[in-house]
Amino acid sequence: MKEFPIITALTILPLIAGIVLCGFDSQQKRLARGLALTVSLVCLVLAGLLWKNFDAAFAGLQFVERRSWVPTLGVEYFVGVDGLGLLMVMLSAIVVPMAMLASWEIEDRVPIYFSLVLFLQAGLFGTFTALNFFHWFIFWELSLVPAFFLIKLWGGAGRHFAATQFFVYTMVGSVAMLLAFLAIVLATGTFDFIRLAGLARTGELASAVAAKLHWLGLSGSQLSLILFSGLLLGFAVKVPLMPFHTWLPSTYAEAPTGTTILLTGAMSKMGLYGFLRILMPLFPEQMRMVLTPLLWLAVITIIFSACAAFAQKDLKRILAYSSINHLGYCLLGVFAAVKLTGAQPSWTTEKAAVLNGVLLQMFNHGLTASAIFCFIAFLERRSNGLRGLNDFSGLRKVAPIFCGLMGISLFASLGLPGLNGFVGEFLIFKGAFSLASWATALSAIGLLVTAIFLLTLLQRVFNGPLNERWSKFKDLSVAERLIVLPATVLMFAIGIYPQMIIRVINTTVLKMVSQLN
Amino acid sequence: MSSTVNNLWLIPAFPLLAAAVLAVTKQRHRRFSAFLAIAAMAIAFLISGAAFLSTLGDTGEEGIWREVKNFPWFQIGKSTVQLGWILDPLTASMLVMVTFVGLLIFIYSIGYMAHDSNSTRFFGFLSLFAAAMLGLVISNSLLLLFICWELVGLASYLLIGFWYHKPSAAAAAKKAFITTRIGDMGLLLGMLWLYSEAGTLLFYDNGNGCLEASALTKLVAQTTVFGMAVSTGISLLIFCGAMGKSGQVPLHVWLPDAMEGPTPVSALIHAATMVAAGVFLIARMYPLMALQPEASVSASQVVHAPALSISEKERASRALAIVQPVVHDSKPLLKSAPPVPEGESQVEGKAAASQHGATSTSTALQVITWIGTITAVFAACIAVAQTDIKRILAYSTVSQLGFMMIGLGVGGVAVGMFHLMTHAFFKALLFLGAGSVIHGCGGEQDIRRMGGLTQYMPTTFLTYAAGMMALSGVPVLAGFWSKDDILHAASVWSVSRWPFYLCLFAALLTAFYMTRQVCYVFLGRYRSSDALSANSSSHGHHLPHESPSVMTIPLMILAFCAVLLGLIGTPVWPWFEGYLSGHHPSLSLGNLFESGTIQIMLISTAVVFIGIGLAWRLYGSRAVAGSEDPDILERARPEVFSVLRNKFYVDELYEATVIRFNAWAGWVCDWFDRWVWTGAVRLLSYLVLGFSWLNRLFDEYVINLGFDQGCQQVKNGGQMMSSLQKGQVQLYLRVIGMALTALLLVLTWGIGQ
Repeated sequence: MKEFPIITALTILPLIAGIVLCGFDSQQKRLARGLALTVSLVCLVLAGLLWKNFDAAFAGLQFVERRSWVPTLGVEYFVGVDGLGLLMVMLSAIVVPMAMLASWEIEDRVPIYFSLVLFLQAGLFGTFTALNFFHWFIFWELSLVPAFFLIKLWGGAGRHFAATQFFVYTMVGSVAMLLAFLAIVLATGTFDFIRLAGLARTGELASAVAAKLHWLGLSGSQLSLILFSGLLLGFAVKVPLMPFHTWLPSTYAEAPTGTTILLTGAMSKMGLYGFLRILMPLFPEQMRMVLTPLLWLAVITIIFSACAAFAQKDLKRILAYSSINHLGYCLLGVFAAVKLTGAQPSWTTEKAAVLNGVLLQMFNHGLTASAIFCFIAFLERRSNGLRGLNDFSGLRKVAPIFCGLMGISLFASLGLPGLNGFVGEFLIFKGAFSLASWATALSAIGLLVTAIFLLTLLQRVFNGPLNERWSKFKDLSVAERLIVLPATVLMFAIGIYPQMIIRVINTTVLKMVSQLN
Repeated sequence: MSSTVNNLWLIPAFPLLAAAVLAVTKQRHRRFSAFLAIAAMAIAFLISGAAFLSTLGDTGEEGIWREVKNFPWFQIGKSTVQLGWILDPLTASMLVMVTFVGLLIFIYSIGYMAHDSNSTRFFGFLSLFAAAMLGLVISNSLLLLFICWELVGLASYLLIGFWYHKPSAAAAAKKAFITTRIGDMGLLLGMLWLYSEAGTLLFYDNGNGCLEASALTKLVAQTTVFGMAVSTGISLLIFCGAMGKSGQVPLHVWLPDAMEGPTPVSALIHAATMVAAGVFLIARMYPLMALQPEASVSASQVVHAPALSISEKERASRALAIVQPVVHDSKPLLKSAPPVPEGESQVEGKAAASQHGATSTSTALQVITWIGTITAVFAACIAVAQTDIKRILAYSTVSQLGFMMIGLGVGGVAVGMFHLMTHAFFKALLFLGAGSVIHGCGGEQDIRRMGGLTQYMPTTFLTYAAGMMALSGVPVLAGFWSKDDILHAASVWSVSRWPFYLCLFAALLTAFYMTRQVCYVFLGRYRSSDALSANSSSHGHHLPHESPSVMTIPLMILAFCAVLLGLIGTPVWPWFEGYLSGHHPSLSLGNLFESGTIQIMLISTAVVFIGIGLAWRLYGSRAVAGSEDPDILERARPEVFSVLRNKFYVDELYEATVIRFNAWAGWVCDWFDRWVWTGAVRLLSYLVLGFSWLNRLFDEYVINLGFDQGCQQVKNGGQMMSSLQKGQVQLYLRVIGMALTALLLVLTWGIGQ
């Protein structure tokens, strides 16, 4: 098994399948759906193999494949996963089939739709495994393209504006990031994340930047800060961090719900992945310099998005803001982990807690948000696309299983103990409380407001007297139950036995922490 | 012995298993579901009984019988997060109470929910609740306790909203969850703070737990904002959680609304067990709550030794040479009050604290006492003017929870817990009795439309009267002894005498409103018929009927307990206090004449009879004439009565402030998002786009848009679907290609340099 290049297979397989699907006739709907789902399930199996063969005790990169690509430029084909990458690959592999199944009823240009989803999947796998900037950036951008078309061609009424906004925002972020990275490459001559992180730890990165770049007579530390800002912008847009988030609600709302699952379940993790893989190892000093504003931005993101969610009337917009809120906790965790240097054992413990929490929260949010948007897709199927908060009432009477399962996901999202959301949030809060007490304490408001708007959602949609218009509303079919069942089981499993995830990420986290100090 | 604690997890596990099975049971298996839930609860009760018996064993030396079992949950970094369970008298007594009262209520529910189509789900939720509550009780870790605490909240949410088609029930469920969650955020922060300071959330862990001497010493030594000890800050945050769950002012608003749930739920959750969780939490965390830093102990405060137990006093006097206690601000009645037995409950925390001289009442306990006092009086006042049979009991519950908090604050664990125990029995009895009345009257809950039920429902009446007298504090019934303990401890409290007086007032009101309720419900004549003539849509032309024996037998058992349970904690034989604090009390009549015990008893008896007498004079001596007649008090003082009937307008106040603020905040954030942020970001994006290098991309994007529009026209023509995508993909690839070319150019340029 060691010889088989699983990671390459993971990335190539959806890419090839996507190209094949492009050639399908638009009437070959069943075949197209079947093929796409099969490929995504094969990817899930491959990711499972990766998970199974991963040595959790070993902190470094595993399943490494390294080949020379463009030697003159220092561009290599260099892929591999550590705990972080593996977790994200696994999440993507779980989310994509869910998204496909939730889009099953799309009848318009089916082969192209699924081909784009497969391209997106390839982009995700590539982003989470590539360790060379050149290669990584191609996939980062590659995932943007299909998302853009999925929104633009299959989206709701405001799709054109939403797609454009999404594209411009992320493109601007990407360009800023690209420029910054090019400057880094100019200074150091390498694209390799791992080597760059090593250079940053020894301080050579900063000195190289100061020595090689002479822009406008800026000093080395100023230059580093500029480069840091460029990268930060790229990732902050993607996560998003307020105030770079305005693309998200309209994008999530206008995208076809299957695509929203991909956006929130997997793509929103790319930004955080960037924070953890690139920004934190390369520019911890610069991050520390602007940490106070960053921390407050994270707090604002958390509280503000929760409050804004409370004011929405469209279920998808509510959940879009909820998504911002949940990733805000991750950002809070990342920033708190960077705070305070030194190898004091208590800080190390707290930082390990907070980063474990961040990784867990990324996975949990992907899982839970995907499940919730699946339910929204099921709801839209029955309501002809209607999804206003006040359009329904008393659905629990006619659809108790729908209500029960969606209720579980919503409670997982609000962090009920026993379900997955709690453990991640608890760890983030535990670690961050010691490192950045006031910011963390304020962020607890977000937890409260989240409960308010999620329970309001439950109350308006499922409780109360049955709206007669929906008296024919069908409960979940067996197929639909099967779609959400794995996610639901995972929610319970992680909530009760979080060690199953933490086991895999803990050594990676410890390494990150030791490298931070 | 250790096998008991090892198997303690079975107690919540059985109800949890039942809940899991019932979650997937079809609705038509009604008998099976009831059987399963009751069987699981019965097994839990038996194991609890065994656990209780094992705690009665002799510990040899003076100290509390305690066994813990800790285990790792998961590993973060190099440390592990541990959970665990504990068996000590506090846990054992709660276990027995919860499983016993719970079992009776489960049985009663067979009758009460007989006609509900969804009763399978009902028993499932009840089992979930029982599992969570029992898990909470056995937790040896604040984290596990918090987990169960939230699950209890979930079960409460599900059960309050059980009749979800009623908008009021759906709203009440949400209100309960959110109001308690406000408190829970405090608890969460307190827990995080405790975790970061003590390094563990285990309560007891062979000297390393957060409630053991080394951690406590550390916590009390540090100061935080406003010069407050860290321990005080943590205690107050944790108390926030208790305020939410136990309905203390100002977070009490959810509890009366929770009466929207089925009556057995009200009895089990909102009277006997869940609301007691807050009190239990304080009792569990008592060593932390009682901590007070040495610096603020002034000489006059040290002197208030009456609150210390005799044995501790000896220990403390050896250490600190405390002089003969003098209560410096005492009133004439209690001028020379010597040490009282209630103080024996000042368990380990006090002992640990006294080792470094912290003998005064801690700030946290003072806050607890004051909040409890306010709650006790406030809720009792409201109860006087209510007309819904369950709401009266709900406000009574809030008021009694206030009493328990006072008991904890002024007297210690045993005083508060004793009232919790007795209250659980008689309040469950009252709620189930009320349920029987409601059942018998065809769903009627307004006491003005009842009356004369004595003749129709004799068993319910007799048991209800026992519960009412126990709650009012009629001598020798359970409530008398436990309330007396609290009054007694309050009378010798060093900080202030006001809680004592206010307690007496609340006790007076308790006797008053309970008598009023009984007069309305059971005396006079049945008034529902004239309600019928006024409102023909009302239900049930038939007369009230007694409930089936599956409902009345639990009532009788509870009534028996309500009458006799107090005997385990009388001043003559304070077994319960001794049990909780690890002493072996002896039977001694002399205790009655020490420390003002008999005086307090006489005062409280007098107060109770004044309350009953007043109510009897107003409501009992002449029957209430008609269901539409205004209350006698309303005729006398309409403006005061209206304030009370409207619950001091607290809900309206919150509606106008908190809820409006929340909506406003939501609106502002949304508005900001749509206009300000978007505008700012657009501006920023234009600035970024100003770079000439970017202009090319920007142009591409504009072209892209134009191309799209072109495609749109083509599409409108109804053809060339595939070419559309092909074109766009190509275009996009061109953009990427261009970007990559630029990248390569820059790179070669960079390498060339």
